[in-house]
Amino acid sequence: MTGPTELTQDDVTAEIAEIAAGRTGSETQPRLDYPPYRSSLLRHPTKAPVQVDPEGLELWAPVFGERGLDPSEADLTVQHDGEAVGERMVVTGRVLDGDGRPVREQLVEVWQANAAGRYRHERDQHPAPLDPHFTGAGRCLTDADGTYRFTTIKPGPYPWRNHRNAWRPAHIHFSLFGTEFTQRMVTQMYFPGDPLFPLDPIYQSVVDPAAQARLVATYDHDVTEPEWCTGYRWDIVLTGPHATLMEASDE
Amino acid sequence: MSELHPTAGQTVGPFFGFALPYDGAADLVPAGSPGARRLSGVVRDGAGDPVPDALLELTVTAVGGERLWGRAATDAEGRYAFTVPEPDGAFLGLTVFARGLLNRLFTRVYLPGAGDAFLAGLAEDRRPTLVARAVEEGYAFDVHLQGDDETVFLTYPRHLR
Repeated sequence: MTGPTELTQDDVTAEIAEIAAGRTGSETQPRLDYPPYRSSLLRHPTKAPVQVDPEGLELWAPVFGERGLDPSEADLTVQHDGEAVGERMVVTGRVLDGDGRPVREQLVEVWQANAAGRYRHERDQHPAPLDPHFTGAGRCLTDADGTYRFTTIKPGPYPWRNHRNAWRPAHIHFSLFGTEFTQRMVTQMYFPGDPLFPLDPIYQSVVDPAAQARLVATYDHDVTEPEWCTGYRWDIVLTGPHATLMEASDE
Repeated sequence: MSELHPTAGQTVGPFFGFALPYDGAADLVPAGSPGARRLSGVVRDGAGDPVPDALLELTVTAVGGERLWGRAATDAEGRYAFTVPEPDGAFLGLTVFARGLLNRLFTRVYLPGAGDAFLAGLAEDRRPTLVARAVEEGYAFDVHLQGDDETVFLTYPRHLR
């Protein structure tokens, strides 16, 4: 058996291509059983999930709005005394449910590597510099229109040890709650045109190209600010709710 | 209105530890408060090895109706622990994230002796994977991502693959 350090990018790319060629129909979610991502081998359930109608507490999600967040938590570039290094940017978009309703006053959490591709995490051993002025974690609430907005630094790509010469495309992790337990999700936002997309087993675990494309933000010059930052837009759609919303009775 | 395409999930990755856990997040009620119990266990992979980079979120309805939520990361031995109130209802809601797990998983933690039609409808050999054990300080519940004791994971009607 080939060990992970002997496995080359060509080997992994061939596995990715073979799985993609076998796809039939549309898929909206990643394959849990996706062998090119070696860490998934022993961590994916082998049995089909059991469908159940949500009840009681499953029709509820935590509400964080009343606690209030400091607006500085949405600006990852001002959490320290000095200037964070890298391409300053604004990332904004709307969080919608499966029926297109804005998901309002909901906590959005993000975390990411710095401009050099290094996380402020003790287990990240990538020999790229840590930025003393950038932690890489932020939070905000969506507004009445379901819009979130972060100011941050564009993260760099970074190596990981899935196989020899494995590099992750630049990405920002997003955590979303929705209005029900059943809508909870964590995902990753990517940047347009990244040359690492075809090579990355985590991005490619979403085997449907249409679903892959939905993970990629759009550069938006109307979000870009003169002499200050570039701008990206990325909308997020959660699954549809089961609970009857107040708005539904008004329709 | 036609249903929009849901955004795909992605793994929480290995490096959530500096962002998602926060002080007190695993205590849905203060430790030592009346009725408080520990809900603890280990997250294991298909080889039975502990998963040291998993994140669990728990939802509970307390006696009295208050709905509470908490978050706990596993330690180097794959262990997690929550402080939970005396629950109202048969089960607690549990969401599982981990490096190597490409999308979150949903499951239920049934209390010892509790049950409902859903639990009764599962194959007999899989039912125990959703039932916590009574231990001295509260309840023990292990999550098996894969293997002979693979936990029953749930999907809901509007979840598309």
